[in-house]
Amino acid sequence: MDTPDFKVRTRAKLADRTMHAVLWLVALTFVGVLLVFVGAILKQGWPELNLHFLTSMPKTLDAGGGIAPELLNSLYLVAISLILALPIGVGAGIYMAEYAGQGRALRFFRLCVETLAATPSIVLALFGMILFVQMMGWSFSIRSGAFTLALLNVPVITRVTEESLRAVPRELIEASYGLGATKLQTILKVALPYAATGILTGVVLTAGRAFGESAILVFTAGTNTSDKFPDFRLSVPGETLSVHLWYVTSDGTLPDASQIAAGTAAVMILVLLVLNLLVRLLDRAIRRRTR
Amino acid sequence: MLNPQIPETKPVKLAVRGMNFWYGEKKILHDLSMDIHAERATAIIGPSGCGKSTFLKCFNRIHEVSSQVRVTGDMLMDGVDINRGGIDQVDLRRRVGMVFQKPNPFPRSIYENVAFGPRLFGVRDRATLDDLVEDALRKAALWDEVKDRLKDSATGMSGGQQQRLCIARALAVHPEVLLMDEPCSALDPIATSKIEELIFELKDSLTIVIVTHNMQQAARVSDYTAFFWLGKMVEMDLTERIFTTPRERMTEDYITGRFG
Repeated sequence: MDTPDFKVRTRAKLADRTMHAVLWLVALTFVGVLLVFVGAILKQGWPELNLHFLTSMPKTLDAGGGIAPELLNSLYLVAISLILALPIGVGAGIYMAEYAGQGRALRFFRLCVETLAATPSIVLALFGMILFVQMMGWSFSIRSGAFTLALLNVPVITRVTEESLRAVPRELIEASYGLGATKLQTILKVALPYAATGILTGVVLTAGRAFGESAILVFTAGTNTSDKFPDFRLSVPGETLSVHLWYVTSDGTLPDASQIAAGTAAVMILVLLVLNLLVRLLDRAIRRRTR
Repeated sequence: MLNPQIPETKPVKLAVRGMNFWYGEKKILHDLSMDIHAERATAIIGPSGCGKSTFLKCFNRIHEVSSQVRVTGDMLMDGVDINRGGIDQVDLRRRVGMVFQKPNPFPRSIYENVAFGPRLFGVRDRATLDDLVEDALRKAALWDEVKDRLKDSATGMSGGQQQRLCIARALAVHPEVLLMDEPCSALDPIATSKIEELIFELKDSLTIVIVTHNMQQAARVSDYTAFFWLGKMVEMDLTERIFTTPRERMTEDYITGRFG
């Protein structure tokens, strides 16, 4: 055999460097767009942010309304929908990763989860309205909203739970079984703790998505709030920040609608930022204990 | 190493008779029979892919966790069949501990790693756990190195320490047999010699079966050696005899490095 010509591959090296630069530019563009976007929202909303805005009730006709119940409802609804979705999502994820095997059952469940995950939120919204608002007779309320929102959360939580569990190193699982652990002990004491940070990250992404969701809540939690504040009853309507944002800009009866909208948007962005930072800290704490 | 002139005094701990093994459809082990004596170290040697690790794992049925396997023939521990109802899998794995090729400590503290096994069996009392942990770490010759940092993460230890921790973890549930699957293959020579010394001490109270591709290691630590080739056992005898006067030509060729 002739020795091939192993000469210095200038072109390959050039391509390597070019690609590096291109990818760096793409990343930079991404950060740039995000900064401009967040900057614009905060710049417009910042003047509106004061204690009065955050702590008073909204007004329907006059200027000077606040967003206190909307802020509370947003957090409250996300919390309840997560409480509803977590046991189902994590349970289904554990089943798929550890018990469903590799055969038909797994494929069937995966199809179900993916279908639910791909369902447009407006379809879930109308489904929720028919089932919870009308048939169950719960009307536009926090619980109608929370149950429908949970439908949005379940498939995401299921998928991250399954993926996080599959990523647990086999050696650790074998170590556990090798000491005489049962399957349940292995899942609870080794697999889930290891998968915890992955599941947590997924839950936060879910929370963020639920926090920003509007279509579902317009049709299930309604566009009003209780007259009382704070009102933790599940049977009262629960307009959230994103619904409020949509409502004030499309309804047009408020003289200061654009200021209210700007302030609301800024609050939403800030809440999401805080949420993500919190998760970083929590993730690091868990990781230190379990990895 | 046992002297061939002195008769064996230890009873048979593990007896294998006419054993065959399949992974799915693929037959891996063919008609194996051997006796493994209590409180002896038995080495299994052979080229890569000869089925020695697979054979080892049959003693605690660990590959049934993730794969479809089938076993025929008899595998007895103290005369009780370990495959067909004689003993529960979970109970079997407590009695037949395992040390893996790559150190695999849990991502927890040193203490929690060793306490993991006892906790599985409901040991909660702190003083009892402390005693079990100390005892296991001493047996694994690790206590003096780690007694002041039991709360530190196990993943921060050196490879050799991690492997001794895994041995301590296995010892903490008081197994009767310890399976070691190439326990030194990821370790440097100093860490390796520490593990070998440990094997020497441990076999006073345990039955040890060790798979190794390092023939010097087999010669150093074991009393009996079995030579595997292509899923069959070519020869098994006292280590002394295998390394001086093997019966089979193939064994001789392998241990002298002429093939393998």
